[in-house]
Amino acid sequence: MATDLHYSDALITGILRRVRTIAMVGASPNWKRPSNFAMKYLQEKGFRVIPVNPRAAAAGASILGEKARASLEEVPAPVEMVDVFRASEAALGITREAIRLRAEKGFDVVWMQLGVRNDEAAAEAEAAGLTVIMNRCPKIEYGRLWGELGWGGFDSGVISSRWPRPAKGGGRSG
Amino acid sequence: MSEDETQTPASGPGPDWGFETRMIHAGAGPDPTSGARQTPIHQTSAYAFHDADHAASLFNLQTFGFIYSRLGNPTVATLEERIASLEGGRGATCAASGHAAQVLAFFPLIEAGERFAASTRLYGGSVTQFSRTFPKFDWRCDFVDTEDLSAVEAVLAQGAKALFVESLANPGGVVTDLEALSGLTRAAGALLIVDNTLATPWLCRPFEWGADLIVHSATKFLSGNGTVIGGAVVDSGRFDWSASGRFPGLSEPEPAYHGLKFSETFGDLAFTVHSHAVGLRDLGASMAPMNAFLTLLGTETLALRMERHCRNSLAVAEWLTGHPKVEWVSHAGLPTSPYRELAEKYLPNGAGAVFTFGVRGGYEAGVRVVEKCELFSHLANIGDARSLIIHPASTTHRQLTDEQRAAAGAGPEVVRLSIGLETVDDLVRDLDQALAAA
Repeated sequence: MATDLHYSDALITGILRRVRTIAMVGASPNWKRPSNFAMKYLQEKGFRVIPVNPRAAAAGASILGEKARASLEEVPAPVEMVDVFRASEAALGITREAIRLRAEKGFDVVWMQLGVRNDEAAAEAEAAGLTVIMNRCPKIEYGRLWGELGWGGFDSGVISSRWPRPAKGGGRSG
Repeated sequence: MSEDETQTPASGPGPDWGFETRMIHAGAGPDPTSGARQTPIHQTSAYAFHDADHAASLFNLQTFGFIYSRLGNPTVATLEERIASLEGGRGATCAASGHAAQVLAFFPLIEAGERFAASTRLYGGSVTQFSRTFPKFDWRCDFVDTEDLSAVEAVLAQGAKALFVESLANPGGVVTDLEALSGLTRAAGALLIVDNTLATPWLCRPFEWGADLIVHSATKFLSGNGTVIGGAVVDSGRFDWSASGRFPGLSEPEPAYHGLKFSETFGDLAFTVHSHAVGLRDLGASMAPMNAFLTLLGTETLALRMERHCRNSLAVAEWLTGHPKVEWVSHAGLPTSPYRELAEKYLPNGAGAVFTFGVRGGYEAGVRVVEKCELFSHLANIGDARSLIIHPASTTHRQLTDEQRAAAGAGPEVVRLSIGLETVDDLVRDLDQALAAA
């Protein structure tokens, strides 16, 4: 993980609590791919994840029960977050598309996956008022902040002696 | 965020929490179901699935959770997170013993026929494990004097994929120059693996000096009361397995998981996910939940205990230095120690509590001192609240050759002490009468 990118737990928590629907650009129909892992996990946590994958869309395919879309343009609003599961070089074009469609779709966050970083894209998105996270995985961050990452022996960095009441319905946000 | 949003993750200072806070709290909030504030002992073999899809997700490693306690257990996971936090690592995997942790550390790294290097100054049991048992897996170990940096460079150039050292070496008084060695391993594309058992993360944090993996015997100071056998391997999360290409176990498709590539799918979590999902799954040397619980209790007082261990130890070492029957004392905290500078750099909070001294009169005198002690316990362990004494040449380092014993600092006249938390004057009196009678 790049050490010069710092995002507070409060910022990440706020995003993951606020966001309901995610457009995942680069979601793969192959269940063994990391994007498919992340999509499935996020679905289990109550997010709607809409896959953006032109090849899958052209074949009329669905991924984990969601119809694949050819582009961000085709994603049905409202979608609060664009998750870039593509190479860093591709992030600029995707981010520009997100900025262009921001008002129409309701985009609020551009999130680039673990290993994906594009500072030019981030600067443009931030200038347009979008929140940008780079080089992080929302699945890992969700697991870390909601107490599941430690199950695998990882340091979550989270310390709290409070005993929260269980959420209604046991879901992410009640 | 609405006011009735109750399942709220904490968002405190995170990595900025102090060491003493983390040794008590890391990994362990109130139990989500009962509110139990101390970590429950999850004495269970297996875990229920919500449904078939949940089971499939767990078996496919698509979600976090528990399947079977050989692979993971909530009490053990709490200890893993605690140790990872104290070491400043990404994740940890606990094991049934320190020796099991060493097997787990090498397992994803070394293929049959490949080599690694290890310091000559190691716990005798590690020398035996690396030189006698690992060859049965066709893992080959080259022992090297790690104070000779050109020798280390040479052995790395010959293909050693990792270098294994002890930060503060057993039987004692030797401090390893971790920063110099990590420079060499990094340049060679190899890993630096540090056994941090004698130092504990309170005295030394090897990841801050460039180590890639840390192993522990949790039997020692981490648990601290001589109650458990346990171990851990901690990953820094910094080694780029995909870019390296030298560690196919982590970067190439894993047939047992449908061709999943651990480094691609799990990024900096890869080593620790692999250690649980493949290492513990197939090697089976898992830590018992009760042992994890006792070790968690130990970590809660680690800094306090290490302070006193170190203070008592230095006082005993200083007293021994002036004793007519003592030839030499090897304690890195003594002003006369050749390792004093390294100790000040790597062990600023104290030079540890395990050290050796030489008795005039050789092997026989060494054995007699041990037998004459009343308060010191004669046994093969270290890092207990009780003070311990042993004659390594006839016990812990017995399996070694004379040459190996000399290289390890366990010659015939050597007595090893592990200084406990008793009244220091009592420890001195006991050694005084034992030396007089020897």
